[in-house]
Amino acid sequence: MASLSTGVTAAGLPTGVPAGLGRLAATAGRRVAALGVLAALWEGLPRLRVVDPTFLTPLSEVLAAWWDLLLSGELLDHTQASLIRSLAGFALAIAAAIPLGLLIGWYEPVADLLNPVLELFRNTAALALLPVFVLVLGLGETSKISIILYACAWPILLNTVAGVKSVDPLLIKSARSMGLHPVRLFQKVILPAAVPTIFTGIRLAGAYSILVLVAAEMVGAKAGLGYLITYAQFNFRVPDMYAGILTISVLGLLFNQLLVRLERRFSTWRTT
Amino acid sequence: MKIQIQGVGKEFRVRGAGRPFTALDDVTLDVRAGEFLTLVGPSGCGKSTLLDLLAGLTEPTSGRILLDGAPVDGPGLDRGIVFQQYALFPWRTALSNVEFGLEAKAVPRKERAERARSYLDLVGLRGFEERYPHELSGGMRQRVAIARSLAFDPDVLLMDEPFAALDAQTRESLQEELLRIWEKTGKTIVFITHGIDEAVYLGRRVAVMTSRPGRIKRIVDVEFDSRDGDLRADARFGEYRHQVWTLLRDEVAAARAEEVAPVG
Repeated sequence: MASLSTGVTAAGLPTGVPAGLGRLAATAGRRVAALGVLAALWEGLPRLRVVDPTFLTPLSEVLAAWWDLLLSGELLDHTQASLIRSLAGFALAIAAAIPLGLLIGWYEPVADLLNPVLELFRNTAALALLPVFVLVLGLGETSKISIILYACAWPILLNTVAGVKSVDPLLIKSARSMGLHPVRLFQKVILPAAVPTIFTGIRLAGAYSILVLVAAEMVGAKAGLGYLITYAQFNFRVPDMYAGILTISVLGLLFNQLLVRLERRFSTWRTT
Repeated sequence: MKIQIQGVGKEFRVRGAGRPFTALDDVTLDVRAGEFLTLVGPSGCGKSTLLDLLAGLTEPTSGRILLDGAPVDGPGLDRGIVFQQYALFPWRTALSNVEFGLEAKAVPRKERAERARSYLDLVGLRGFEERYPHELSGGMRQRVAIARSLAFDPDVLLMDEPFAALDAQTRESLQEELLRIWEKTGKTIVFITHGIDEAVYLGRRVAVMTSRPGRIKRIVDVEFDSRDGDLRADARFGEYRHQVWTLLRDEVAAARAEEVAPVG
């Protein structure tokens, strides 16, 4: 293990830099440092034969494979297929779960009626239901988009219900005192008050849409990043497999960043 | 008479208890048009319950409340409420908060902004139109809330311990401003407080309530030869203060005794 540490360089701080700049560099440095260490390990461990390079391809070779996949257009096709599935499931989940959540949050009888069923389903892992989806909806796009929809719907639904239920009663009282009838009360008070909480659900759903996607594509798909990963593994194209995994990670990261930005935009007033 | 409260009682059903909880019992009180009436009582005497009834948010169990001679049936824009905890909509700017009631009243957009601006001006918040509630101090938030209630031009302003959460200095300056606004607008104001000084300083009449179940114990007319200068230093102020304090003392003791050993 002693040979390991030679590949890792400590990120030292330059001395004599103004304090503010120094602190900024330190923060940036710390962020890059962890990734740098990871990259160095990924490159170093197989090269130094600590792990078998057949199973863990050095990072540089993975990147080269990724570049080839990009140039051949293969990567783009798979990414596109995956994104369409993810976004379709995600969008449908938003369209279905928000109205349902508002209904459940607002009407006590609906909540009482649906709660036992919801409790049962939310505690069933989405992927455990994948075979059922395939059985009922076949191996095509419908079952893949459906399972993503299903997985994405939960965080949105539960957060929407929570958002509606946690509106400050005083705000409702205040609006009622100004003679607002229920429909307007909902539109002008309940909905805007619930938006930040709903957005938290949407952000979580965004992450799920990528997580579940890969699993869905491992069963009977002919394109997609999940398919690329399993296919490459079956054919022992290990660098391609890692290239696929890397692409998924970056995609998930970017999607999440986008949603975090949006969430912040919609809930500036929440920063009390 | 602007408001007539006639033999009003309010009971709440309590889960697990055999008999209902009586918050108010046979409250009778008249409020004149354009009057500033303060309502003072020990904590838990049902002051806020009475205000909810006046606002039309709940209905009395017995008796009736008349507004301009007609029974109150539900909330309306002829009455504005100011709450202790401001109740501003945090996703709206100060201006937009003041516009809220005007939207409910279906005032055209342009006129809305104009009126909201002028009322923010009235409470001394010019230049803060685009601030969000979380960017304002407690005193400023309460000013926005007051502007919001004034903007839709209600005849009656109902205030539920509006200054109780503020520091002493902010409270005094807001009390002064409220009097100025009252004189300028001629609203009928019912102001709930548990502060004796505040009740005597603001009210032209002070209604003292008993401990639970709340009843009106006595109404004290507050009159000064002149309201100029430091009113609180006036000898008459001290007399009124003492009078209200004496009326309240027994009630506070009774309220405390009940807290220690609940009856029933």
